[in-house]
Amino acid sequence: MEIQFDDEIKRARFPILSWLTSRQAFWVLLAVCFACIFLSFATNSFATSNNIFNVARNFTFVAVIALGMTIVIITGGIDLSVGSVLCLCSMILAVVMHAGYSIEVGIAASLGTALLIGAINGVLIAYLEIPPFVVTLGMLSIARSLAMVASNNTVVFQFGPDHDKLLFLGGGAWLFGIANPVIYMLALALLTGFVLHFTRFGRYVFAIGGNEHAAIVTGVPVRRTKVAVYMISALSAGIAGVIETGWLGAVTTNLGAGMELQVIAAAVIGGANLAGGIGTAFGALIGSALIEVIRNSLGLLGISAFWQGTFVGTFIIVAVAFDRIRNFRFPT
Amino acid sequence: MPLLELKNVSKHFGAIHALNEVSLSLEPGEVVGLMGDNGAGKSTLVKIIAGNFRPTHGALQMEGRDLSMHRPVEARQHGIEIVHQDLALCDNLTAAANVFLGREIQKGIGPFRVLDYAAMYRHAGRIFAELRSETRPRDLVRQMSGGQRQAVAIARTRIADAKIVLMDEPTAAISVRQVAQVLNLIRQLRDRGIAIVLISHRMPDVFGIADRVVVLRRGRKVADKSIAASSPEEVTGLITGAIEYAS
Repeated sequence: MEIQFDDEIKRARFPILSWLTSRQAFWVLLAVCFACIFLSFATNSFATSNNIFNVARNFTFVAVIALGMTIVIITGGIDLSVGSVLCLCSMILAVVMHAGYSIEVGIAASLGTALLIGAINGVLIAYLEIPPFVVTLGMLSIARSLAMVASNNTVVFQFGPDHDKLLFLGGGAWLFGIANPVIYMLALALLTGFVLHFTRFGRYVFAIGGNEHAAIVTGVPVRRTKVAVYMISALSAGIAGVIETGWLGAVTTNLGAGMELQVIAAAVIGGANLAGGIGTAFGALIGSALIEVIRNSLGLLGISAFWQGTFVGTFIIVAVAFDRIRNFRFPT
Repeated sequence: MPLLELKNVSKHFGAIHALNEVSLSLEPGEVVGLMGDNGAGKSTLVKIIAGNFRPTHGALQMEGRDLSMHRPVEARQHGIEIVHQDLALCDNLTAAANVFLGREIQKGIGPFRVLDYAAMYRHAGRIFAELRSETRPRDLVRQMSGGQRQAVAIARTRIADAKIVLMDEPTAAISVRQVAQVLNLIRQLRDRGIAIVLISHRMPDVFGIADRVVVLRRGRKVADKSIAASSPEEVTGLITGAIEYAS
């Protein structure tokens, strides 16, 4: 009781500070800033505009999917198929454009595929009530296999008449020298944050994750919302696939392999709770940024890349443990 | 004219007769305690009124008109609200968000509509004041006491302007002090002319607040009488079967 009372006083006196310190994304942001400052002094190469440009662009692909994944995780679900869906969408884009169609047709086909896969995931999960883990695990296998079928397991690196447009889309930097993917990511993050907090759909996403039974009895369209959520997740993978294709300039059938785990890691480090009900768009970006900064800094500090998994894994556990410890000290 | 009238309602599940020829009427501003042992038919009766089940035989009338419901949503449209035993609250949302869950107030034009936080906080705050509850609209439900959580669940019924509120064991899982708060909430509803069906195992609550007590045993109504004319001993006897029918 006394602790609660103290907590209450603190909250009343420093509302903004207490709001900030209750956010996992805030602490991860601090960690990212700290790491960046440290690296600026410890290495000559971190704080160069070239390296910052690369770091910022590299994490966007994970971050864009992490935005969709965060929405899925808030509903209490999971989407393991995003890495494969990214590969399939990239491959559809590549194959369609290689066949001589325009970039618009290619992107429409690619994102249409993403929405279709998301809809299949969503219907199986929401209407047939198959656990999301199982459905999306199956789709992980199916989507990658379809990518191999679509391309006959070859590398596609010629994108027909709109080849240059596609490369500019993913590799250009038309605004103040900021890489295009970073701009897309920021725009999508703002959109995600807006949808989660200011729309009825966003409210339903949180309600389903908080108490699905309550959502059902209060008349929330739980099934339709879930289908939409998995469509958004697949769409985010499709968008990341289109951008990444433009950046890489080539598509192979192992693109995005294992990416689902990085994406989930980013979302969880950013504060999304796998039990559902909690997560933010900002957290998804920060979590993705932290993983990329770790990866980049290991390279710059001359530490073997084999250590990357250890650092990222430790951060996942520390981020969640930190949350537990904080709740343990201030029971509410 | 009674608000709601059940006429010889029966519900059979195959060979099992969950309810047999139960008649019941509800007047505005009346609190009816519905009692009975497990399996006596209480929840079947509640589910019929709530639109989850259709009766096998018999009819429902609301304000003199026949009522035929296929889904719970229809019961809500007729002004029948349920406060579930588990309260059906989302811990991760604020009190106001829970009150308006599924009926959010929005502003904007055409398809471009956003949640109207200010209006929902204001409206929820007004309902809590009306219920004389100190629940604050912006607080997370996770941080609330049992009594405050009840207030949030009951506030929901006020959004809809319910005429009938079914309360399923509202005092089963909360502390003694909070029971008094919940009973006060029920009185606030009653004073606004709402009919309340209180399903409860707790004799003191029913005798403290109800005007009438209805006892079910093995799917039959064995008592329907004024609280003043009954006693906890009699009701206990009726529930267990020690007394066959109420005098």
